[in-house]
Amino acid sequence: MKCMPTLADLSLHQLARICNLRVNAELGQRLVALGLRPDREIMVIRRGWFAGPLQVRVGATEFMLRHDAAHLIDVEILHS
Amino acid sequence: MKKIALVGMPNTGKSTLFNRLTGGTARVANWPGLTVDITTGKILLGSFMVHVADLPGIYDLEGGAEDERLAHAFLAETDLDAVVLVLNAMQLDRQLALALQLKALGVSLVVLLNMADEARAAGIRIDLEGLSAELACPVYAVCAKHGEGMPEFNKRLAAYLRDSRPHRVDFSGLTANADWHAAEADLFARFVSRPPTLPAGPTEKLDRWVLHPLAGLPIFIVMMFCLFQLTYAIGSPLQDGLEYLLGTVKSAVLAPLAQNWPGFLSGFLVDGVFDGVTTVLTFAPIIFLFFSLMAVIEDSGYFSRAAFMMDGLMSRIGLDGRGFVMLMMGFGCNVPALMGTRVIRDYKARLLTMLIIPFSLCSARLQIFLFLSGALFSPTRAPWVLLSLYLASIAIAMGSALVFRKHFPSREPFALELPPYRLPVAGHVWNRGWGETREFLKLASTMIVTGVALVWVLTHYPSEQASLAGIIADFFQPVLSPIGIQAELSIALLFGFVAKEIVLGALSVIVGHEGADLATHLANTLDGVSAYSFMLFTLIYIPCVSAIATVRKESKSLTFTSFSVLWSLSVAWVVSFVFYQGARALGF
Ligand SMILES: Nc1nc2c(ncn2[C@@H]2O[C@H](COP(=O)(O)OP(=O)(O)O)[C@@H](O)[C@H]2O)c(=O)[nH]1
Repeated sequence: MKCMPTLADLSLHQLARICNLRVNAELGQRLVALGLRPDREIMVIRRGWFAGPLQVRVGATEFMLRHDAAHLIDVEILHS
Repeated sequence: MKKIALVGMPNTGKSTLFNRLTGGTARVANWPGLTVDITTGKILLGSFMVHVADLPGIYDLEGGAEDERLAHAFLAETDLDAVVLVLNAMQLDRQLALALQLKALGVSLVVLLNMADEARAAGIRIDLEGLSAELACPVYAVCAKHGEGMPEFNKRLAAYLRDSRPHRVDFSGLTANADWHAAEADLFARFVSRPPTLPAGPTEKLDRWVLHPLAGLPIFIVMMFCLFQLTYAIGSPLQDGLEYLLGTVKSAVLAPLAQNWPGFLSGFLVDGVFDGVTTVLTFAPIIFLFFSLMAVIEDSGYFSRAAFMMDGLMSRIGLDGRGFVMLMMGFGCNVPALMGTRVIRDYKARLLTMLIIPFSLCSARLQIFLFLSGALFSPTRAPWVLLSLYLASIAIAMGSALVFRKHFPSREPFALELPPYRLPVAGHVWNRGWGETREFLKLASTMIVTGVALVWVLTHYPSEQASLAGIIADFFQPVLSPIGIQAELSIALLFGFVAKEIVLGALSVIVGHEGADLATHLANTLDGVSAYSFMLFTLIYIPCVSAIATVRKESKSLTFTSFSVLWSLSVAWVVSFVFYQGARALGF
């Protein structure tokens, strides 16, 4: 099985496809409701100062999530 | 009588729609999860009286947060003629599943695509007829903010209600939201067309600065400072004018009238009640301005940005960015901020947030500080004194969280939407400002007047020289004199326990002067150090009875509430003690 990058590894404004969510059920439910689901495209817009959260965009929705959560989201980098 | 409910994800504009429909004044904010209660109103639609309920936002039907459960229970227990599902037209790619999920339960649904203006500007086109046919329910697009499409919607809704049958939502057949994702993607692909790349809008450009790693924080501080400066700059002249007016009423009307009254009565009414009321009333303009400006910030979407910026810091003290926003809301009033913690699901995390909110400098405390800093410091210094109090308020709140974070470990999922910046609507800003002022005046006319009257009795009975108040003050002297608080002020503090709004009124009754005379009197009897110590103590020692009651209600724990009160009292004393004795030791 090949080693996947996670959301936390993406550089800014790099387009990627979400593969797998390994976060706990509660956070997973919230993320899914915000549109972060397998097969969707995602992009990291910004990282907060002081090891703050990541600002990401999925579809037309922008939201923030923390680093520890981003480490648990596998993505596939899309080269366009 | 027909009944309908507004349902939808957080921040889709339900409250705006509610206000638009009913002419009501539900609170609107560009911040997900603000509506935590069910607001209801009545309208005449066609020939029916319709009862409208605005429910808290839900992400899906399986959610377990308190506000989501509230919405759930309402739907399960109320006979509704229609459920109006409000969706953000910009975000149909993730919101349509909610429609499918509700539809599968057999709910008679009316789908409303809100924010049509934003969708249009972004070049999004939606095939309403196709969507409506596929969902087998009416679908309309409106802009609740500006009222576009609303008359049409009202007409259609009235027609829909004519042959509706009331029903409850039966959740026994609930399907998982995830089961609908494929169908949602299909609907989205067929009926919504979107330009391939969205141009960088104003939100993106603004965020580059507002969320900038270096510039963001200074911008935040400058904004807060401007908020207070503006309140102060516009508010003070208004205050002076009002004071002059009421002073004239007193000397020209009331005093001659009271001349022939018995001494006790005229003393009580003119120097007690009227002076107290005057002092309190002159704060109405400040309240109005403060909450109007706060509404502007709230409605703009800046709060989510503040949460983003502060989350790094807040996570280190066991909270998240929202905790910081609650603190800022607490700057208005602690009570709604305490209730706002309902959006936090984890009980421990919620308690920790509730522990620190009472330290945020609410507008009632602001009145006291405005008055005292105006009376004792030069006009150039006063704003800095105020700013330092705000910083102290934030530092003490965060310090408390840091001390106790180990005892309130949290497993809180943290993912928060960053909505686009939106221009505030004048109507909402006015509603908010006036609404809060009205509440304040209501409070002033009952509790504050009673409190002030009580102070008058306490300070004049049995005699002015040996009054009950004096006895109480003497009792507290051993504790309060080491922090520089003398007799007169300690009575005021006692009343501040009930509500901070009373403190100034009480002070004016105690010293027998009001307004400008009170300021002069204080300037003559206090110096900067003891005044500042008094302000620090007032800031920290306890919010007010209503805030404590709210902590009790929201935490459902008497132990936690007592702990919270004891903690603030001890911190207040220690901080004031260190400040006062330190400043004196340094020779100030
Ligand atoms: N552009 C636009 N903004 C809207 C519209 N309706 C509401 N808003 C804004 O969206 C934000 C959220 O509205 P609110 O009514 O508080 O949403 P709720 O959380 O669903 O009750 C506020 O800033 C509103 O001013 C609309 O039709 N168009």
